[in-house]
Amino acid sequence: MNRFSYLRASSVDEAVREAASDPAARFIAGGTNLIDLMKYNVEQPARLIDITHLPLNQIDETDSGGLRIGALVTNDEAAYDPRVQDRYPLLSSAILAGASAQLRNSATTGGNLLQRTRCYYFYDPGTPCNKREPGTGCPAATGRNRIHAILGTSEHCIATHPSDMAVALAALEAVVHVTGPDGERAIPLSDFHRLPGDHPEIDTTLRHGEIITAVELPAADFSRNYTYLKLRDRLSYAFALVSVAVALRIDGDAIAEARLALGGVAHKPWRDPEAETLLHGHPASEDRFAAVADHILKDARGYEDNAFKIDLAKRAIIRALSQAAAGTPQSQTDKRIQ
Amino acid sequence: MQQTNAYIGTPQNRVDGRAKVTGGAKYAAEFEAPDLAYGIVISSAIAKGRIASIDTSAALAVPGVLQVFTHENRARTAWFDRNFRDETAPPGSPFRPLYDDKIVYSGQPIALVVAEEFELAAHAASLVRVEYETDAHMTDLDLRRSEAYVPPKKRSNVKPPPSPRGDAEGAFAQAPVKVHAEYRVAIEHHNPMETHASTVVYEEDGTLTIHDKTQGAQNSQSYVSSVFGLSTGQVRVVSPYIGGAFGSGLRPQYQLFLAVMAALELKRSVRVVLTRDQMFTFGYRPLTIQTISLGANPDGKLVSIMHDAIQTTSPWEDYQEVVVNWSNLLYHCDNVKLTYQLAQVDTYTPIDMRAPGAALGVTAIETAMDELAYAAGIDPVELRLRNYAEVDEADKKTFTSKELRACYQLGAERFGWAGRNPAPRSMRDGRELVGWGMASGVWEAIMQKTAARAVLTLDGNLEVASATTDIGTGTYTILTQIAAETLGLPMAAVATKIGDSSLPKSPVQGGSWTAASAGSAVQNACLSVREQLFKYARQMDNSPLANASIEQVMFADGRVCLMNDPNAGVTFAEAMQSGGVERIEAEEKASPGMLTSLRHSGYSHSAVFVEVKVDEDLGRVRVTRIVNAIAAGTILNPKTARSQIIGGVVFGIGMALEEESMLDHNLGRFMNHNLAEYHVPVNADVYDIDVIFVSEHEEMLNPLGIKGLGEIGVVGTAAAIGNAIYHATGKRVREYPITVDKLLG
Ligand SMILES: Cc1cc2nc3c(=O)[nH]c(=O)nc-3n(C[C@H](O)[C@H](O)[C@H](O)COP(=O)(O)OP(=O)(O)OC[C@H]3O[C@@H](n4cnc5c(N)ncnc54)[C@H](O)[C@@H]3O)c2cc1C
Ligand code: SF4
Repeated sequence: MNRFSYLRASSVDEAVREAASDPAARFIAGGTNLIDLMKYNVEQPARLIDITHLPLNQIDETDSGGLRIGALVTNDEAAYDPRVQDRYPLLSSAILAGASAQLRNSATTGGNLLQRTRCYYFYDPGTPCNKREPGTGCPAATGRNRIHAILGTSEHCIATHPSDMAVALAALEAVVHVTGPDGERAIPLSDFHRLPGDHPEIDTTLRHGEIITAVELPAADFSRNYTYLKLRDRLSYAFALVSVAVALRIDGDAIAEARLALGGVAHKPWRDPEAETLLHGHPASEDRFAAVADHILKDARGYEDNAFKIDLAKRAIIRALSQAAAGTPQSQTDKRIQ
Repeated sequence: MQQTNAYIGTPQNRVDGRAKVTGGAKYAAEFEAPDLAYGIVISSAIAKGRIASIDTSAALAVPGVLQVFTHENRARTAWFDRNFRDETAPPGSPFRPLYDDKIVYSGQPIALVVAEEFELAAHAASLVRVEYETDAHMTDLDLRRSEAYVPPKKRSNVKPPPSPRGDAEGAFAQAPVKVHAEYRVAIEHHNPMETHASTVVYEEDGTLTIHDKTQGAQNSQSYVSSVFGLSTGQVRVVSPYIGGAFGSGLRPQYQLFLAVMAALELKRSVRVVLTRDQMFTFGYRPLTIQTISLGANPDGKLVSIMHDAIQTTSPWEDYQEVVVNWSNLLYHCDNVKLTYQLAQVDTYTPIDMRAPGAALGVTAIETAMDELAYAAGIDPVELRLRNYAEVDEADKKTFTSKELRACYQLGAERFGWAGRNPAPRSMRDGRELVGWGMASGVWEAIMQKTAARAVLTLDGNLEVASATTDIGTGTYTILTQIAAETLGLPMAAVATKIGDSSLPKSPVQGGSWTAASAGSAVQNACLSVREQLFKYARQMDNSPLANASIEQVMFADGRVCLMNDPNAGVTFAEAMQSGGVERIEAEEKASPGMLTSLRHSGYSHSAVFVEVKVDEDLGRVRVTRIVNAIAAGTILNPKTARSQIIGGVVFGIGMALEEESMLDHNLGRFMNHNLAEYHVPVNADVYDIDVIFVSEHEEMLNPLGIKGLGEIGVVGTAAAIGNAIYHATGKRVREYPITVDKLLG
């Protein structure tokens, strides 16, 4: 833990201005990730800008029939909002698959997107790590990597993004609204998180000083055929080894539209639009689901501890697609998998 | 017989329950002291080498920082290894914090930053710069296996394997049915809710009052005195409540050393609390590779048992536990060969963890017995009955009592074992495969010499005291029950004081021996008070008890009266007043009976039955039902006893499915050192646990017939789960924990 100064921002503009002027400033929302990282000396902000008093805690209807979830809406508020439950049950389910009730009560929509990887090495300043200290190396690649990525890795980093919520948002094609020193912009969720490449220290396309104000869900009709299937090392309260968010639109016997995103396998929620089109116009069948899985995983690469994830991901994709097609979404309280 | 104040064997609420749930119970890191300073420990980043330089200037420059202790400026301490050895230390040279510039394991404490405020200390700690010179380290047991050795010096209280009997190799070679396999259980780290902490109060006269997270107040006291050259009168350890320990508090841990050193140097009270990650920087349940060969006749009768274990230890101590002896203790066999070896890796010395040795050894033998059941085509319970050990064959002793047969029978009945289709993969519930498995458990019934004091006062209150601790097991409650019943007082009139080094002598709390040891000592002290009380009662003028002997009277409701005429009696107060005393005090000891232990072996036993449901495609296991039937002599308090067993069983679920400290051998470091990534069971992982206490008459070990319950619940549970998974899936996993990856494919 380092010394830092603290500012309670009273407007979005103030928050942005103050953050932009200080490269070592950080916003703090629920604090459930940032404070931990500060205790571990992984984050050492000179300045904390508390944004919890900003008016970003509403869920509003959008003109185009979607929902706009303020950045400070807590994870539990979002998950239990009747409009979210009715119209975007996939999002509700994914949020409830994550963390614990206590954490979800503090964790915010914006903070959840920006939570950092759970890579053991990243959390331990006693070890090298390119994400924490660029250029020091990636011990995970040759060390313990059970919870690491199988898709989109680079030689510099094989970490995953741990959020469950973001996986559902990716499938729902949400848009992240941000305000920065140069004004507002809207970033499609699929472009929000990035792959590690040569710069694993950069998780997202958010620029310094930019604040997330809301996440927008476009109007969509995925409330019948959806599921969020999360597989982990115990029955609750663990990050995903592999998770699958599926949203289908079924027309008669055939799948008219399919969205599928994977969590726990890459540095970002993983989507493969080409694989999704393999489902279009086809009835639900295990063979087709398997073909989709193979397509998504064709470039997957396993490491010593996590190679099993490739197989697990395939099985999870097939099961999740079956659940969604059958209209029997995974319950997040009954631990039996449908 | 007497009805009132009959508490032994009845379910009672915890006497300390209210204090615990209302925050009234104070733990080591919660005691306040004037001018308290806070210490933060800095841990080594490398596994082996030396500290080339340590720059503390930036830390010392922070206003409010009092000192940064390192090997360069540490206080002088005792010279000899023996001064650092505690009651439970294995043979070797105990680790000495901040001793010199050498790094011997990753996470080793290398500095203590002390400041006026906790936050300042944490900030200053982040400013200390350390340069290392690294040496090659080795943490991989597989690569050290060829250098395994039989520990030259035995650890006290740990029985080495018995000498071989018969011709195990020959019999195995000839046996028509065989099982031969290697079993592993991953390293586990202690993660009690309370992390290790010491608050050292520097009293005005320079003496120390220490609140330590420990399983032995006197063990910590004598360690501190001998390491820092103090008299025991200068050091008092007061640890009334412990937030779980499971063995982690058996040895004084390094935060105690550091806090005391800082307090003595700064002449000021100091608190040091370890972080959750630092809980992974001292003892652990060692990695153990076991090889078992079982040879049997077609009827399942064992003709050969060979069980070998290799365990990790540190380069500086030969940690030991009993891993292999259990095989022959559970099963009759004439040809037996058991071996136990150590191999050194560059980690801290392992430490006892709930059912040390047995939790590992029994997991392996009970998995192997299940394999034998399938190899021979015999029901697993029946196989165990056919090989039932009637006597302790290795030591040629009879058992003080052994109702394991009843455990099998009652457990199987409650579980519905008879309805099991033995074929693997034969039972289903919808999509899930259902598996039923079972295993036996065993743990030694140990007693240690312990003293206790009882003081009865004129107001009718009784105080009993012993230096033992309550690590969450319910010791306060059972001691109160024993005292109240022995003297015939309501429990509310009894105050139990423990966890204080100034109280009558007690060993550390461990090995499940506390109920038997402290319980017997308290009983003896109360019996002695009874005798004095009876003497005064008889001596009263016109005493209705004048002609009675102590066998003819009973003590109940604060009166002593004739058993066959309860109206004839006197109150304790009347007897004491007539004797002219305001208090009656007695201090007594209880010790294990030498004669008994020469001829008899005392063990508790269990039979664990488990149902799992497995989603085979996804490798997901749910442990939906567990029945654990326990035979452990007298059950003093079925309510707290049940909690002990449930806790042990949950430990077993962790061992079976989740717990694993992951070593990065390149760095020589445990990596998943937090509770997000070191998985222990959460509520969702725990379904029904049904505990049966099988009635077992025990009279040899101690007058109350106590065997202890702290460990037996974990023993056997992991194997029963593994066996159930085999029954469900047909997959035999011999490496615990059985995680998703091991069930796929
Ligand atoms: C033990 C544990 C288990 C967990 N398990 C899961 C799980 O299973 N699944 C899961 O998905 N998550 C899990 N989490 C993570 C949890 O969801 C995140 O910690 C939480 O969502 C972060 O939200 P927050 O508001 O607390 O963020 P904070 O900690 O306040 O902030 C996180 C980061 O986001 C930045 N930030 C916050 N808000 C904004 C904003 N509006 N604009 C710009 N920057 C912002 C901060 O500067 C900081 O860098 C777990 C966490 C813990 C501690
Ligand atoms: S995987 Fe990424 S976060 Fe983990 S050690 Fe490598 S670089 Fe660091």
